[in-house]
Amino acid sequence: MASRAGPITARATATLLGLAVAALTLGSAALTAGHAADWSLGPADGAALRFTLLQAALSALVSCLLAIPLARALARRRFAGRALLIRLMAAPFLLPVVVAVLGLLAVFGRAGPVNAALVSLGLPPLSIFGLHGVVLAHVFLNLPLATRMILQGWQAIPSERFRLAIALGMPPSAQFRHLEAPMLRGVLPGALATIFLLCLTSFAVALTLGGGPSASTIELSIYQALRFEFDLGRAALLAALQFALCAAVTLATLRLTTGSVFGPGLGRPLHIPAPQGWRRWIDAVVIVLATAFLLGPLLGVTFRGLPGLAELPPGVWPALARSLAVAVGSALLASAIALTLALAVARGQGWLELTAMLPLSASGLVIGTGLFLAVHPSIQPETLALPVTLAVNAAMALPYLFRLLLPETRALLADYGRLSDSLGLSGLARLRLITLPRLARPLGFGSGLAAALSMGDLGVIALFASERSETLPLLIQRLMGAYRMEAAAGAALVLVSASFALFWAFDRWGTSRAAA
Amino acid sequence: MLRLEYLDIRQEGFHLTANWQVAKGAKVAVIGPSGAGKSTLLMALAGFVAHTGRITWEGEDLAALSPGERPLSILFQDQNLFPHLSLAQNLGLGISPRLHLTAGDHALIETTLARVGLGGMGSRKPAQLSGGQLGRAALARALLRARPILLLDEPFAALGPALKAEMLDLVTETADETEATVLMVTHDPADARRFAELTVLVADGVAAAPVPTAALFANPPSALRDYLGA
Repeated sequence: MASRAGPITARATATLLGLAVAALTLGSAALTAGHAADWSLGPADGAALRFTLLQAALSALVSCLLAIPLARALARRRFAGRALLIRLMAAPFLLPVVVAVLGLLAVFGRAGPVNAALVSLGLPPLSIFGLHGVVLAHVFLNLPLATRMILQGWQAIPSERFRLAIALGMPPSAQFRHLEAPMLRGVLPGALATIFLLCLTSFAVALTLGGGPSASTIELSIYQALRFEFDLGRAALLAALQFALCAAVTLATLRLTTGSVFGPGLGRPLHIPAPQGWRRWIDAVVIVLATAFLLGPLLGVTFRGLPGLAELPPGVWPALARSLAVAVGSALLASAIALTLALAVARGQGWLELTAMLPLSASGLVIGTGLFLAVHPSIQPETLALPVTLAVNAAMALPYLFRLLLPETRALLADYGRLSDSLGLSGLARLRLITLPRLARPLGFGSGLAAALSMGDLGVIALFASERSETLPLLIQRLMGAYRMEAAAGAALVLVSASFALFWAFDRWGTSRAAA
Repeated sequence: MLRLEYLDIRQEGFHLTANWQVAKGAKVAVIGPSGAGKSTLLMALAGFVAHTGRITWEGEDLAALSPGERPLSILFQDQNLFPHLSLAQNLGLGISPRLHLTAGDHALIETTLARVGLGGMGSRKPAQLSGGQLGRAALARALLRARPILLLDEPFAALGPALKAEMLDLVTETADETEATVLMVTHDPADARRFAELTVLVADGVAAAPVPTAALFANPPSALRDYLGA
């Protein structure tokens, strides 16, 4: 029936968009596979594959291991600034990777305070480049994500279970065995797989902190093959390999991220007394160390960047304008696609759900290589740099936005779908009066996320851009490459302010529209 | 006249048939055990449930009409108002689904609100209203839509007995005024007696033809006796 399946035009639009997303991801993968020079990996490619897997595994493992005590401390302690700290945990996800790297260089670099302390204690200094540095940066970027995922697991244990355990006189070790360990068994595989996947496609970290034959990821090797060696066959082979790897891990991740292992609680806000004594001190130390680890690099880039603001190269402002245009464009595009697909899936076009998640299995450089091969040699790549970046960023943000919107869209349809139909609300009027206001909050938050991700993206743009079309992250990377660290930190401050302002503006739109 | 011709609804593990008609302006209670299909019958009339057979109003087949185009208004069990819109806007949707309202429309909304005892509350959001007031607002919108059929899917089930009786009287009053044909789902025989001259019994896969309410309860068939526990 028309009313159940949605209007025909909406169905057709959703189908077309789904096919476009599939063409962009699968088409790129197919194109790279078709262009692969031959199917034998050279020694450098093997090394890149091994390094990619090693750094991703280490990053996921270290992030999750550190996140367990932190999440537990946050779950069971109440202190001033707790809510702020948890909110701060969202920041590294929005933080442009180049900015994070600059911050880590400021703290852990050769002249940074950590090495100064080590040397004064008579210890050898740490090097932030190579495997150490790549893992350090990935832990910095993903520890908050792991902590939030595990914290959600902790909070999903109904407080009634803890009350029962305490009433039965279970000591903390027994509570851990019966309540917390089963939760961790449910949550950790998903967290590990998610971070492993994110680190597999890491490009900007490897570009700035890795490099050289011993510390190059597949993503970085694609870039070098395409940009410096102009070896299209090798770039295509690496991209096809990367796609296969990511697709396999994505499938595993979707399987591993399951729902809660506990039945529902009654949602009673019970006060569960946290264990006292030495456990309290451990929790305090964990929270202080984690806060220092997360805030230190942010403060570091700020202190370095403030004087750098005086020596910003003139190219910063046009680059900022290009970045803003690309970010806003890709956020709007991603939101429109995600909303259309979520509405269609909620109305029963279930196959589109898989389509919306497809970009997870293709990295930015895989799609970029595919598009490069598609236009080469008829069009100069740099003339397409900004549109391609906009489209690829929108595609990369789509899975997150879609995941955010789908449950809310389903609820909207379940709660008000029939009411809207019975009142004859359809088309643009329904979008304006019902759908947008009811979904404004996740739409605002999600498009803010997409805008910030796009703003800070240093990936596909590096494949296509020339100096005339460079975005702000690319400019910062170029300044770093020229060892103009102060100017780079200054430009990073501009970038991070613009990213957060953009996120704030979108999110603000959402919360103000969703006043009811 | 509302006709159900060999209406047949099949869902997984569920089957309901109906083959009868009610005259224009009739007030009909729909009663029966839970799960028998009272709500499903109303949803089929409103255009939300696939079926075979025909539903016609004054000779016109409703199959081609989308839910919003059908000559009926429906009050659901809950969620009858959009929480992000004011009462006046919620009522305004009954006049124009695009909310293109004239000054005359706004005046009409205000008088209708006053008629159901909600005068001056047009700018409030649904969250600021009590359960009884929410029911009144939904009825007020049905008044504005003035469709010839009114379907009530137990919209007042959550209200106390006194408030529910008050709402039923309001339904009677508005239905008499608009000469609407009313089908009301209920699980309470007292509601049926109070409100409806005719009652449809839904049990054992059949929505039986409407019969006079008083006679039905005076001499209940076995399915109704089981349900009433008498």
